[in-house]
Amino acid sequence: MPSTEHNAPSLLDGSIIGPAIIGAFTKLDPRALVRNPVMFVTAVGAVLTTIGIVTADGDRGFIFQLALWLWFTVLFANFAEAVAEGRGKAQAESLRRARRETTARRLVNGREEQVAATLLQKGDTVVCEVGDIIPADGEVIEGIASVNEAAITGESAPVIREAGGDRSAVTGGTTVISDRIVVRVTMERGAGFLDRMIAMVEGARRQKTPNEIALTILLSAFTLIFLLVCVTLWPFGFYAGTSFSVPVLIALLVCLIPTTIGGLLSAIGISGIDRLIRRNVMATSGRAVEAAGDVDVLLLDKTGTITLGNRMATEFHPAPGVAAERLADAAQLASLADETPEGRSIVVLAKEKFNLRGREVAEPHAVFVPFTAQTRMSGVDFPALADQPARSIRKGASDTIKAMVERLGGQFPEAVTRSVDEVARSGGTPLVVVEGREVLGVVQLKDVVKGGIKDRFAQLRQMGIRTVMITGDNPLTAASIAAEAGVDDFMAEATPEMKLELIRREQAGGHLVAMTGDGTNDAPALAQADVGVAMNTGTQAAREAGNMVDLDSNPTKLMEIVEIGKQLIMTRGALTTFSIGNDVAKYFAILPAMFAAVYAADGATNGPLSALNIMALASPQSAILSAVIFNALIIVVLIPIALRGVAYRAIGAAALLRRNLLIYGLGGVVAPFIGIKLIDLILSALHLV
Amino acid sequence: MTFNAILYVLLIVGGSALLSWPLGRYLKWAMDPAASAGGGNRWTRAFQAIGGPLTLKQQNWKQYLLALLAFNAVSFTVTVLILALQQYLPLNPDAKGELDPSLIFNTAVSFVTNTNLQHYSGEVAMSYASQLGALMWQQFVSAATGIAALAAMARGLAGRTNMGNFFVDLQRATFLILLPLAILVAILLVFGGMPMTLQGSAIATTLEGIQQTIARGPVAAFTAIKQLGTNGGGFFGPNSTQPFENPTFWTNVLEAIAITIIPMACVWMFGRIVGKMRHAGIVFVVMAVLMLTRIGFAVWFEQTPTEAFNTLPIAQNVGNLEGKELRFGAAAGPVWAVLTTSTSNGSVNAMLDSLNPLTGLMPMIGMWLNEDFGGVGVGFINMFVYIVLAVFLAGMMVGRTPEYLGRRIEAYEVKLAVIATLSHSFLILGLAALFAATPWGTAVLNNVGAHGFSEILYEFSSSSANNGSGFEGINDTIFTVPWNIATGLVMMLSRFIPIILPLAIAGSLAAKRPAAESAGTLGTESGTFGVMLLVTIVILGALTFFPAAALGPIAEHFQFYH
Amino acid sequence: MQSFLASLRLVVATMLISVVAYSAVVLGIAQLLTPATANGSLIANAQGQVVGSKLIAQKFTEPRYFWPRPSAVDYNAAGAGGSNKSPTSTDLTERATGTVAAYGATAANPLPADLAAASGGGLDPHITEQSALYQVPRIAAARGIPAAGIDELVARYSFAPGGILAPDRLVNVLELNLALDQMAPAS
Repeated sequence: MPSTEHNAPSLLDGSIIGPAIIGAFTKLDPRALVRNPVMFVTAVGAVLTTIGIVTADGDRGFIFQLALWLWFTVLFANFAEAVAEGRGKAQAESLRRARRETTARRLVNGREEQVAATLLQKGDTVVCEVGDIIPADGEVIEGIASVNEAAITGESAPVIREAGGDRSAVTGGTTVISDRIVVRVTMERGAGFLDRMIAMVEGARRQKTPNEIALTILLSAFTLIFLLVCVTLWPFGFYAGTSFSVPVLIALLVCLIPTTIGGLLSAIGISGIDRLIRRNVMATSGRAVEAAGDVDVLLLDKTGTITLGNRMATEFHPAPGVAAERLADAAQLASLADETPEGRSIVVLAKEKFNLRGREVAEPHAVFVPFTAQTRMSGVDFPALADQPARSIRKGASDTIKAMVERLGGQFPEAVTRSVDEVARSGGTPLVVVEGREVLGVVQLKDVVKGGIKDRFAQLRQMGIRTVMITGDNPLTAASIAAEAGVDDFMAEATPEMKLELIRREQAGGHLVAMTGDGTNDAPALAQADVGVAMNTGTQAAREAGNMVDLDSNPTKLMEIVEIGKQLIMTRGALTTFSIGNDVAKYFAILPAMFAAVYAADGATNGPLSALNIMALASPQSAILSAVIFNALIIVVLIPIALRGVAYRAIGAAALLRRNLLIYGLGGVVAPFIGIKLIDLILSALHLV
Repeated sequence: MTFNAILYVLLIVGGSALLSWPLGRYLKWAMDPAASAGGGNRWTRAFQAIGGPLTLKQQNWKQYLLALLAFNAVSFTVTVLILALQQYLPLNPDAKGELDPSLIFNTAVSFVTNTNLQHYSGEVAMSYASQLGALMWQQFVSAATGIAALAAMARGLAGRTNMGNFFVDLQRATFLILLPLAILVAILLVFGGMPMTLQGSAIATTLEGIQQTIARGPVAAFTAIKQLGTNGGGFFGPNSTQPFENPTFWTNVLEAIAITIIPMACVWMFGRIVGKMRHAGIVFVVMAVLMLTRIGFAVWFEQTPTEAFNTLPIAQNVGNLEGKELRFGAAAGPVWAVLTTSTSNGSVNAMLDSLNPLTGLMPMIGMWLNEDFGGVGVGFINMFVYIVLAVFLAGMMVGRTPEYLGRRIEAYEVKLAVIATLSHSFLILGLAALFAATPWGTAVLNNVGAHGFSEILYEFSSSSANNGSGFEGINDTIFTVPWNIATGLVMMLSRFIPIILPLAIAGSLAAKRPAAESAGTLGTESGTFGVMLLVTIVILGALTFFPAAALGPIAEHFQFYH
Repeated sequence: MQSFLASLRLVVATMLISVVAYSAVVLGIAQLLTPATANGSLIANAQGQVVGSKLIAQKFTEPRYFWPRPSAVDYNAAGAGGSNKSPTSTDLTERATGTVAAYGATAANPLPADLAAASGGGLDPHITEQSALYQVPRIAAARGIPAAGIDELVARYSFAPGGILAPDRLVNVLELNLALDQMAPAS
C-alpha cells in the first residue's frame, strides 16, 4: 500500500536541467572534485590531455577530440549530481519559501514583538493565531489549535496541536487555521528539519554514509590499480620498442577507472534521500537511510498499522434467557452518545442485525453516562416515567461490570463468563451489557486487520524481515490478531520499558531493529532502535529521539522506508558492477589499438596483437575515441537509473543477486561491446578520425 | 585431450581432493583442539613446556602477529648464519664454498617467506648442512607459519577475540601436521627409488669412458617437505625434473598429490574452525574450478608441437617436449605447472620457460590470483581477501550492508582488503616495469622479444606470489645483485602484508557485534555466492594483468601461431 | 624480548625434531631397506667399477650405442639444467638442426621429437621405444650385427612408465646399452 507520493519532477524538467547545466560547470572547482577520487583523476587526465593538444607531436585533431570527451566525462558526472540535487532541492525549496517571508510574534516578558523568523533562537516563545505561519519547529506550551500541515505533508486535512500530551509538536512552515497557541522554539536556527533536509540533498555539504565511504575506498583502489596498469605500460612499451603517447594512456586510464559509478555515486545518495522526502519522510542522516536497508526486525504497533485504527462490534452474545434483540437494543441505547468508533459500530451493528434504527441522541430524558477512568464503563439512565420504570444500562469490561453487578446483589451468569472468555480467546474484546443488575450479554468487539497486510508481511518475510506486533492487548487477543495478520511474533501488554527491552534483546541477537513511535514514552525505544521513525503528530521528544520523521504519521510507511534503504545500496552495487564489467570491452577496444604495432615484423604495420581487435574497429584512433565517448555517454544514459534507483523486488537475497548479476554484471560486460562498435561505425561514417 | 590425460588429471586432482577431506578433519584436531579433546590438549601442554611461559597466554590478533614476526625474524637470522658459514660447518662432503652476500639475503628471505625462489643451483652451491639445516628447516617452519596464521584468522572469524598462541600453533603445525606427513611421503619416495644419503658425489666412468660426477644427497627427506609445505625449492637446480628428485612416474604422482593436499585440507580446516562446512565447500569448488580450468587449457595448449622444429625433419606428432621428462607421461608437465603455481609451491617437473606461450600463461595466472588453494594456510588467507571484496559487492547488490560469517564488512575491512590486493599487483607490475625498462632486466635475459618480457614478468609474479618457480631462462649464473635484492624485497613484502592485513581484518570482525542471518542476508553457502566469488576473482585478475599478459605470452602466441 | 626467547626455544626444538630426528629416521630406513637406490641407483660393471646411475643420463656419441636425448648441460650430473628456451626460439632451431644432422634425419625418415628436444634436467635417462628403434639401423651397422636382434632387445627393455596413464613405451638408455654390450661385446 504505497503512501501518497509527491509527484517526482520529470527527468527533463527545464527548471531543473537549466541550473544543473550551470552546476555541472561550477562543480569543476577542484575543491569539490577532490571529494570524489575517481572524477578527480579524470579531471586531471582531461587537463593533461588538453595541454597535450599543444605539446604532443601526434595527431592534434585526435588529441583535441580526446580532450573534449574527457571534459565531457567530468561534466556529465557533475551534471548527474546537479540534477539529483536540483530535484531534492526543488522539494525542499518550496518548504523553505514559506518560512522566508515569515515574521514571528516573539513573546518577551509577556509582551509581543515582531521579529523575522530567521532570527529566532532556541528557547524563544512565539504566539501564533489564525492565519499565522508557525515560524520554527517547536512545541506548543499553551493552547490548542488546528494546524494545516499541507506545506510539508501535502495533506490538506488540518490536524490538532495542543499543549501537553502527544500532539504538542509543530513544524515550522505550517499554518494555524483556528485558535491561538504559544509555541516554544525547540530548534536552533539552521538545525530544523527543513534545514537538515536541504543540507542532505546538497552535494557539497552532504556527509558521506558508511557504505558510501567503503565504496569510495573500493573505487579508489580500482583507480589506483588502473593507474598502476597504465603507468607500467609505458616502460613495458619501452621494452617492446614502442612508445605509447601520454594522451592515449590517459584515455585508457579514464576508460578503465570506474567513472560510471564514480560519476553517479553522489547522485544515487542524494536521490535516495529525495525518494524518502517525496514519501514525506524526513531522515536526520543518510546513515539512517542506509541502516533502513539492513533492518531485519520491524516492531509495528498493532493499532493503525496492522489493524484499522478501531475495533468494531461484530457479534451479540446474549445471556441465557435474554433475547438477542433485547441485548442489541440495550447496547445500542447505551452507545448512542458514545462518539468513539467502537460505540458507533455497536449502533451500526444493532441496526444491521435487528433493524433497530439508531434513535436520536436527544432521546427524551435520557441521561448519558460517559466513560471515565474511575468507573471504566459508560451507559445511559432513563428516569422513571409513567409508562415505564427507571432504566439504567451500562456497558464495560467484564470484570468492572461483574464487580458492579455483584455489588448490587445480582448474579453474573456462568454462561456469560464463558462467552467473555470465548470472545477474548478469538481475539475480540468482550463488552458486557447490563440493565440494572441483570446481565444481558456480551457484545463482541473485534480488531479488523487491514486488507492486504498479510501479503505484505509475507513479502517482508521473503526479504528476510521479521515483523513483531506490539500491542497493549492481553496475550490471548494479541495471539489471535497476530495469527490473523500473519506477523511473525507479537508482544502483548507492551509497555514502553518492554519495548526498549525487546529492542535491546533483538540487537544483542545481531538484528537491526526499526520501529515507529509517537509518544514521549516511546522516546527511549526510538533512540535505541537502529531506525526509529517518529510520527509527525508525536511529541517533540519522540521526534528528537528517532532518526526519521514521517510527516504523514503513517506507521505502515516503515516498510517503504526499508525498501528505499535497500534500493539505495542496491543501486550503488548494481552500477559498480556495471562499471567494472564495462572494462572488459574497453580493453578489447583500446589495447589492440595501442599494441597494434608492437612486435610487428619489419615493414608490417600490424603486429601480432592486432588479433585482439575482436570488434574489428576501424582504426586505432577511432577505437580509442569510441571507448572514451562510450565511457562519457554511459554516465548520461544511466542518470535515470541513478535517480530512480534500480527496481527492488521482494525476493530472497540469492535470487536478487542472480538477477542483478545477470542484468548489471553480464549486461555491463556485453553493452559496451555493442556501444563501442556503434560509435566506431558512426565516427568512421562521419570521418571524424 | 586424450583419454589418459583426463584420467591422469582425475587421479591427481581427484585423489588430492578426496584425501584432503580426512586430512582437513585431522588439521582441525591438530590446530584447534576442542577444550574437551584429551589428546589434542596433551600435545598442547607439551608444546607449552617447550615454548616456555609466553605460550601459556592467549593472544589477541596484534600479539599473535608480533609473535609471528618475532619468530620469523629469529629464524631469518639463523638461516642467514648457516648459509654464510656453510664452508666452516660439517656435512659438507663436496666442500662447497662461500656464497655471495646478496644471494644469502635472497635465499634466506626466499625460504623464510615460503617462496623458495632459487637464484642458485642446489647441487652446485649448497652443502648438506645448508640444504638440511637452513633450507629444509625453513621448509618446515615457514609452512607451519602459514598454517598457524590461517588457524588464527579462522579463530578470529569464528568470533573469538583471542586468536590462540602463535608459539603453540607453530609447533602444532610443524610436529603434528608437517612432520608425520613428511615422514610418510619421504619413506614412500625412498621406496620409489629416490636417493637418501649423506655421502658426497659419486664418480662414474661411463661406457664411453668419460668421467661423470653424479651429485646426490639426502634428497628424499628434502623433497617430501618441499612438496608438502608448498615450498618448492629443489634439492637440485632443475628441481623435480632431475631424475634423483623424481625418479619415476609414480613418484611424480605422489609428489604432485603432495603439492595440493595440505592447501586443499586447509579449506576444510577453516570450515571446521568457523563451523561453516558448506561455505568451505563452496570456496573449495570455486578454487577447484579455477585450477581445473587452467589445467585444461595448459594441457590443451601444450599439445602444440615445438614451434622451433617446424622447419626441420622432426616428427611433430607429439606435443612440445622441450624441457620435459619422458617418464612422467605427456600431461604431467602442464598439469604440474598449474598445480605448483596454483598453490605457491614452485617446484617444477618440466621447464616452464620452454612451455608453449599460452601454456606458460597459465602458471602466471595462477600466481596472479594466488588463491586457488594457494600456499599452505596463506592460500585461504589470500582467498579471504577476495571473499571480502566479493561479499562487499554482492551485499550491495542485494541492498544490505555486506556481511561475512555474520560480521559486517565496512570501510575499515574494505580498506585493508584493497591494500592487500593492491600490494600484490603493485609489486608484480611495478617491478616488472622497472626491470623491463632498465639493463638490470634486459641485460640478463635468455630469450628475446615477447618471451624475454614474459621471463621478467614471471620472476616478479613468482616472487610476489611467494611461489618460487621461474622461467629459469634468467638462469642462476646471471642473476645479479639487483635481481637478488629486488626479488628479496618483493618476497618479504608480499609474504607479510597478506598475513598482517587479513589478520587485522579478522581481528576487527571478531570485535564486532555479530549480525543475525535472515532471508535478506546473502548466504555465503549458496552456489550464487560461489559464482559471484568466481566472477570477482576472474574480473579483478583479468583487468589488472591483461595488458601485461598481452605484451608477453599472448603477443608471443600470435607472433608464431596463427 | 620474551617473544625472541620463545622464538629461540622453538628454533632449537624444530631443528632437533624436524631436521635432525626427521633426517635420521628417513636416512636410517633408506640405508637399511633400500641401500642401492638410497645411494643413487649406481650401476657397476663386472669389474665392480661404477659406470653410472640408472636414473641419470650419460653422454653417448659413438654410433654403436643408443644415444640419449639432448642435454642443455652436456649431461653434467653435478649441475643439471634445461635449455630454458622458448619453443619459439631460433636457438632451438639451431640446436635441433645439429641433432637432425647427427642422426641424418630426412623428411622421409623424420627424427622422433624426443630425440630433438632437451629434457628439463638434461639428465633424462629414457628415450621412447620409437626413438630407440629409430637408432637401431645405425647401431646394427656399427656393430655389424643384424637389426632384428637389437629390435628384440629394445622390445624386451621397453616399458610403459605409468600403465594406462602414460602408455607411451620408453627404454632406459644406459641399461639398454649395457645389455647391448653384453649381447654383442664390442670387438
